[in-house]
Amino acid sequence: MTRQIPLAEDLFTWPAEQPALIGGRSSDGQIVFPYRRYRIVGGVREELERVELPRRGNLWTFTTQRFRPPSPPYAGDDDPETFQPFAVGYIELPGAVRVEARLTEADPEKLAIGEEMELRILPFGTDDEGNQIMFYAFAPVNEGGHDDGVQ
Amino acid sequence: MASSDIAIIGVGLHPFGRYPGKSALEMGEEAVFEALTDAGVEWPAIQALYAGSMEVKNPEAIVGLLGLTGIPGRAVFTGCATGATSLAMAANAIRLGEHDLTIAIGLDKHPRGAFSDHPSVSGLPDWYGELGLFLTTHFFGMKINRYMHDFGITPMTLARAAAKALRNGAANPRAWRRKPLTEDEILTSQYLNYPLTQYMYCGPNEGAAAVVLCRADQAHRYTDTPVYLRASTLFSRREGAFELLSPALPLESAPSPTVFASRAAYEQAGIGPQDVDVIQLQDTDAGSEIIHLAENGFCQDGEQEALLAAGETEIGGRLPVNTDGGLLANGEPVGASGLRQIYELVTQLRGRAGDRQVDGARVGYAHLYGAPGTAAVTILSR
Repeated sequence: MTRQIPLAEDLFTWPAEQPALIGGRSSDGQIVFPYRRYRIVGGVREELERVELPRRGNLWTFTTQRFRPPSPPYAGDDDPETFQPFAVGYIELPGAVRVEARLTEADPEKLAIGEEMELRILPFGTDDEGNQIMFYAFAPVNEGGHDDGVQ
Repeated sequence: MASSDIAIIGVGLHPFGRYPGKSALEMGEEAVFEALTDAGVEWPAIQALYAGSMEVKNPEAIVGLLGLTGIPGRAVFTGCATGATSLAMAANAIRLGEHDLTIAIGLDKHPRGAFSDHPSVSGLPDWYGELGLFLTTHFFGMKINRYMHDFGITPMTLARAAAKALRNGAANPRAWRRKPLTEDEILTSQYLNYPLTQYMYCGPNEGAAAVVLCRADQAHRYTDTPVYLRASTLFSRREGAFELLSPALPLESAPSPTVFASRAAYEQAGIGPQDVDVIQLQDTDAGSEIIHLAENGFCQDGEQEALLAAGETEIGGRLPVNTDGGLLANGEPVGASGLRQIYELVTQLRGRAGDRQVDGARVGYAHLYGAPGTAAVTILSR
């Protein structure tokens, strides 16, 4: 059976019934994403607390990517002919942080600033050992039928 | 206005564009020769050089083409703000009393297409690039999209900014893009990054520019029309600022570094935005020009909608912006772009801008902004 592994360690909880992005919280309440172990706060280098970020939030802003990004660094499982345009945005996760993410809906006319979004963990490609690489994206909560993901 | 100790006595430009087979250093050589000729000095009189480039690791190697006179030459790089930094360092060398006559040079030659690099050069993890997020253009689309939502700016206003740039480019014999387009053609071209279309973006290209500076009290030895450096500031981003290439942003927002660079520059010069006659703003895209109008104090957020509709940012308007066509019509060789702004302002302040002359221009303002959240402002006057 194909093993599913996250794109990077400490990015999100996986496998998990209710996966969540992982952030780091410092003693002043600030949350950073992606998680990192240390941060200088008020002149002290402190170890951050690993926290799971909310799974739902609101779309703060977005744009679209029409052409296949320069590769490397882009590592999508596609080529300039098969590349599917995608959208990218910031999702404001209440009480936490605004996270940048790819969106499952690529049509800008079907996206609206302020709308509710939910985390999805989706397949991105396959590594040399045949493992399925998983990445994080956000999907509109009220889209109906569009949340089958991006490849 | 505060007094000035530094004068610009010569400017030169190698027009921006595409020059197969010609090196960035060779373009720099031509720009320097033009600036020296303009100043009426020969290369051996120059006492120090500051050269900016993104693609050329040692742009100060240009001395190999100009003459090996033994002077100190230093490479300078602050991203899109490089031109302002090379100018400031050439000025500071005079202020410190090290030299009387210095030169700032910018030269670059970018491959076609969007800038591409490894995320680690910006301190970002590999996965950020693998996912296709390591693209500066996403920021421009996302910032203007939110700005339009918050302040009621319409796509027509973006199109007006781009159409104006191309019209000014058409009036500038040294611009790269000289074909005007209608607002409709701009709006209906394909989206590169929603809501920005193809013709709302500048392109990386090739070119060079150079500026000769001297002690203000010696300027009249060289020219009857010196232009004085009144302010020069550079600020990096603060916690909470919405900046390029950020995997996350804090919930509490802070102003862009442009706001701080602008305020400090007005204070240094002892003037306000109402005293500026001709304006250069970083217009990586049409949305950036609109946001930068407000961030530099020329209007309130949202006023751009009415300002552009009334033609106020045109040559002949109250706030002439990017009179040479800006980045949209000239492209962006990163190391040279800021000095292209200075070239245009000096040309305007000396009344030599021909078809695109702003009548009676006395004070010029130049703004740069780029990765990783760096803004610079330079103020010049007659």
